[in-house]
Amino acid sequence: MRLARGLAALAAVFCLAAAADPRDRLADPAQEARARALFEQIRCVVCQNESIDDSEADLARDLRQTVRAQVAAGRSNAEIRRFLVQRYGEFILLRPRFSAANAVAWLAPFVIVTAGVAVLLARTRRPAPPGEAPAPEAALTPEEESRLARLRDG
Amino acid sequence: MTAELGSFALVLALVLSLAQAGFSIAGRVRGSAVLAGAGEGAAAGAFLGVAFAFAALMIAFVTSDFSVANVAENSHTAKPLLYKIAGVWGSHDGSMLLWCLALTGFGAVIALGGGGLPARLKATAVATQGVLGALFLAYAVFASNPLLRLANPPVEGASLNPILQDPFLAIHPPFLYAGYVGMSVVYSLAVAALIEGRVDAAWARWVRPWALASWSLLTIGITLGSFWAYYELGWGGWWAWDPVENASFMPWIAATALLHSAVVTEKRGALAAWTVFLALMAFTFSMLGAFLVRSGVLMSVHAFAVNPRRGMLLLAILGVAAGSGFGLFAWRAPSLPPGGLFAAVSRETALVVNNIFLSAAVATVLLGTLYPLIRQALTGDMASFGAPYYNLTFTPLMAVVLLILPIGPLLAWKRADLGGALRRLWAAALVALAAGALVFALVQPRKALAAFGVALGVWLVAGSIAELADRSRLGKVGAGEALRRLRGLPRGAWGMTLAHVGIGVFVLGAAFETAWRVEAAKVMGVGDRLTLGVYELNLKSVGPVEGPNFAAERAMISVTRAGREVCQATPARRFYPVQRQTTSKVAICPPGVSDVYIVLGDRRTGDAGQPVWLVRAYWNRWSRLIFAGPLIMALGGLISLSDRRLRFGLPQRAAKAALEPAE
Repeated sequence: MRLARGLAALAAVFCLAAAADPRDRLADPAQEARARALFEQIRCVVCQNESIDDSEADLARDLRQTVRAQVAAGRSNAEIRRFLVQRYGEFILLRPRFSAANAVAWLAPFVIVTAGVAVLLARTRRPAPPGEAPAPEAALTPEEESRLARLRDG
Repeated sequence: MTAELGSFALVLALVLSLAQAGFSIAGRVRGSAVLAGAGEGAAAGAFLGVAFAFAALMIAFVTSDFSVANVAENSHTAKPLLYKIAGVWGSHDGSMLLWCLALTGFGAVIALGGGGLPARLKATAVATQGVLGALFLAYAVFASNPLLRLANPPVEGASLNPILQDPFLAIHPPFLYAGYVGMSVVYSLAVAALIEGRVDAAWARWVRPWALASWSLLTIGITLGSFWAYYELGWGGWWAWDPVENASFMPWIAATALLHSAVVTEKRGALAAWTVFLALMAFTFSMLGAFLVRSGVLMSVHAFAVNPRRGMLLLAILGVAAGSGFGLFAWRAPSLPPGGLFAAVSRETALVVNNIFLSAAVATVLLGTLYPLIRQALTGDMASFGAPYYNLTFTPLMAVVLLILPIGPLLAWKRADLGGALRRLWAAALVALAAGALVFALVQPRKALAAFGVALGVWLVAGSIAELADRSRLGKVGAGEALRRLRGLPRGAWGMTLAHVGIGVFVLGAAFETAWRVEAAKVMGVGDRLTLGVYELNLKSVGPVEGPNFAAERAMISVTRAGREVCQATPARRFYPVQRQTTSKVAICPPGVSDVYIVLGDRRTGDAGQPVWLVRAYWNRWSRLIFAGPLIMALGGLISLSDRRLRFGLPQRAAKAALEPAE
């Protein structure tokens, strides 16, 4: 069972690492997989809008080499990202950091949904204002019910 | 001579657009049918003028008239005829002319075909359309005229960017632009409704066919673009959250929200102000898209035909059109009548929830696209919002709303029974859970999230089928009776079901392809083999090919599965001597839901001095569902459009038909 799981993991690693140029690949498949996952999150800073995983630009090749070397040297993903940000600025990270400057972009989607649902709940649960007759459409009369049933059953 | 006539026609179209606005306003103010009719005639004339200019440019391209600057910059005598024709919209100026053609075209259709509209509303809408036409035609005439001559014409043209020389250039932009600009009619009807103070069920019914048609066209346009990006190397695959892709996605999301909120306005008279807001928003996003794409203000892999200086003019047009539209909204919307009441569990609530999530989705895409610009302007440093940002914000939001989608159509208006709706979906839920569990157990490597994605896709498809079964009362009445009921369903109902099935099919493909794509790469000589999942690739030969305006190196690769050949793939590398540029033509085979996707790399020298090539291959499993799904959605939109209840000029007859007993 453990062997099967190990093989499955290995297969996953291979299919991830496989499309890289064979001469650039790291010998250890697990390290190569980690490098490939990182490539997808790093911008080719001279390209129009590509990750270094996609780009054939020279700089992308250099960056891939840098990342692979650092992965091989045993540095963590966070360390590698920090190194790249120091060198090229935050622009190089395709996944923006969760920082004060980016908080609006990260939180807005969820704030909008929460606010929208809150407004909806307030509207639908609001009791009828005092002094006003209950909405006539709130309930059906027995006559309407039977007509509805007739319509429904054709 | 043709180019001068074309320029003249373009100026004439501008004047006619102004006349269209002027006559229509005068007709509305004085209540004169003659003046309003003159405005409608001017709208038709403006369209004919732009069509003439467009034809003149096309003739210049086809005849390789390099005295026209745009042709000299974007064409070449050796370019195939298809790309001479499609090259008309391959440049900034030409694409803006296509935009104007669609804009005046829609203006002419509403002027001549909007017979069912009340005279005052129609005159105001035609006037608004005229103002929009005048704004964009002024831009085309004064800043972006593609028919200008060169004093010293070159003997040969510079030709079109090789990467754009693809059959999809002929079909992707026309669909996309028709979709973008179709929203202008929705915008004009919204402005007219605000001015006339009339936003009711009838108005929502008039808006819906235009919204449906533009939404369907936009869906097709985006899908074509997505497929093009998928097979064009270096464009980031079928969806990369690239700013240009986002620019087309924002009006689409707004239009999707509009389609759903307009139903509430039409059936229940509620959400009137919100529906008008979305109608204004859809075209605003279209214009924002034109600005973002054409100004090059954002970095994109799809940045072609970019012109920053004139981008500012487009921003000004956007400001004028959107500013006056929303200004009018702020002034008039508070006076709109409030809508009908509904309970917390009802069809209305379901559609409002849909709108809340779609609004959050469009805000996410807008923020992700513009935030780098905003941050740079405020703090001076640059940030990137790439695919990982959207995967953590947009994707979970959509997963939630898609999860509750099948319940919505089963809820009644005003007050619904949630338990009853869920009971009618238990079979669909069971099928979805079983499919998810099966995929989780069988597909290696195990991925829980992707298995959830598959279950979600199946849930959407099965839920839609369950809704159809419920409507036909299958199981409660005989099969013949159920079939008769199915046939009797209005086209609009079929359209909705198909659109929901389509999104399910898309989710299936997107989840499976993203999670379980198999990749392989190998430096191969002739005769070498490469294993790709269940397939084996055998490089049979590599030979030269002469194209009309390129020289290529093409490989012949036999793809076998379990010893049997399933297809022959011919990936190639093309060299275009005019631009001194190399492009890669990938090969996609075999037929089925999954693609074997093969890329031929550059030639290298092997150990023994023989030529070898780096071959990359991908087994993109279920990838075709990604494109089939949205096409099913668009088909749903078009079927819904053919519903007689929505047809223009037929409200009276349709109302009469509804009164007659069903056969």
